[in-house]
Amino acid sequence: MPAERLADELARGLDAPICLTWEFTYGCNLSCVHCLSSSGLRDPEELSTAEATGLIDELSEMQVFYVNIGGGEPTLRPDFTELVSYAVSRQVGVKFSTNGTTMTPARARCFAAMDYVDIQISLDGASPASNDPVRGEGTYAAAVVAMERLAEAGFGRFKVSVVVTRRNAGELDEMLALAVRFGAELRVTRLRPSGRGALVWNELRPTADQLRDVHAFLTRHGEVLTGDSFFHLGPLGDQPLAGLNLCGAGRVVCLIDPVGDVYACPFVMHPEFKAGSVRESGGFSAVWRASELFSGLRQPATGGACNACGSFGACHGGCMAAKFFTGLPLDGPDPECVLGHGERALAAAGGRGVAAGLSPGHAKPGRPVPVAFGGRRLARAR
Amino acid sequence: MGCAASTEPGFDPARAYELHPDVALRPEPFGALAYHYGNRRLTFLRSHELVQLVSELGAHDSAAASMTALGVPSERRQVLERALSSLVASDVVRRRPAGAIRAG
Repeated sequence: MPAERLADELARGLDAPICLTWEFTYGCNLSCVHCLSSSGLRDPEELSTAEATGLIDELSEMQVFYVNIGGGEPTLRPDFTELVSYAVSRQVGVKFSTNGTTMTPARARCFAAMDYVDIQISLDGASPASNDPVRGEGTYAAAVVAMERLAEAGFGRFKVSVVVTRRNAGELDEMLALAVRFGAELRVTRLRPSGRGALVWNELRPTADQLRDVHAFLTRHGEVLTGDSFFHLGPLGDQPLAGLNLCGAGRVVCLIDPVGDVYACPFVMHPEFKAGSVRESGGFSAVWRASELFSGLRQPATGGACNACGSFGACHGGCMAAKFFTGLPLDGPDPECVLGHGERALAAAGGRGVAAGLSPGHAKPGRPVPVAFGGRRLARAR
Repeated sequence: MGCAASTEPGFDPARAYELHPDVALRPEPFGALAYHYGNRRLTFLRSHELVQLVSELGAHDSAAASMTALGVPSERRQVLERALSSLVASDVVRRRPAGAIRAG
């Protein structure tokens, strides 16, 4: 059966998400310049251990096969290991993202002994020179130590997760070699102008030439994982990249934030894309199945301005979050449209989005606070 | 992890199969999602007929017998056999050890 039809079926939504991201905490010991969730300090309203285990019970009943746990730095939650063990015991597999700073040899052995646990170490460059300006002083070394410990503990194939930027786009081969050296897989994802990422997007987003190289790299290395994040590059090749190649927001994907708010995807933590809260009476399943926002996202998409372009079938208009946070219409081109329509749209929008910025989110005090754009504060709604 | 790779070269409808014990099926409007807890791969079963067949495999002596029991018309068999063959390749369905018939 043609792949296109599967994508159409998935676009109408599933009974439960395939790919659910759950940010465990806004607390983080780092302050990466591109943090999607503007993390730093824990929120006093974060889900309690009892609420979190209740949510795991619900995910288990919905047959959510696995969750992607992130943050913040999720391992900073004192009940982190307890919650991961509980999820696994309920047949909810866990893949968690970590900066590696808390990966003691004992913890590495503990995770290696658990079934259905997968780990992603975040690293944004093949050397401290390219990584540390983005993730912080000493973070390259800390991530490599964590990888060594996982390898020594016999964890097996963990993942090295890279956000592709202008600084590291030329280092993908080296990053792949680094991952392979530790028996790991490489995962590369797109830099989004979300959270603090909005502040650095103009400066750090790959150039058009680099995007072509990224596409060529992914075509050459089908084994590299992408979380489906580069489907906007589709028109660069004759064949689609591996993956579903669709925007799964609210259809197959969603995000639960540390206080239990449910958003359409991990890249749109903004009131406009908040579907509800797991603390409401119907719990997560009611939000997933019946929220007005998600029902709307499951309606057939119109190509809008992209209908005039012969490549819409290859890129599907790109990433909703990238458009939203750069001030572009959601039914128009992606800001990084490989045919150049995005650059023209950005120029026409006059930089309304990105440069205009965000609320500080959960950043630690003393960080610059950018102004709101379009009269909307981007603070999380209560 | 550590599920033994199938030593069978291909799918043979005369042989006995079963849903891999590490695989969970989740009903969906289009059929079902199959998740393999061992290799963490997700597979789409894109018809209710196929979902029913996969669920029934363990209760019969051969894949062909499962199709007969479900009343699959002869013109549909080839399509379903192709689907089963690809499910065997992705380890969602596996050869059943001789003599083992799942209870129920």
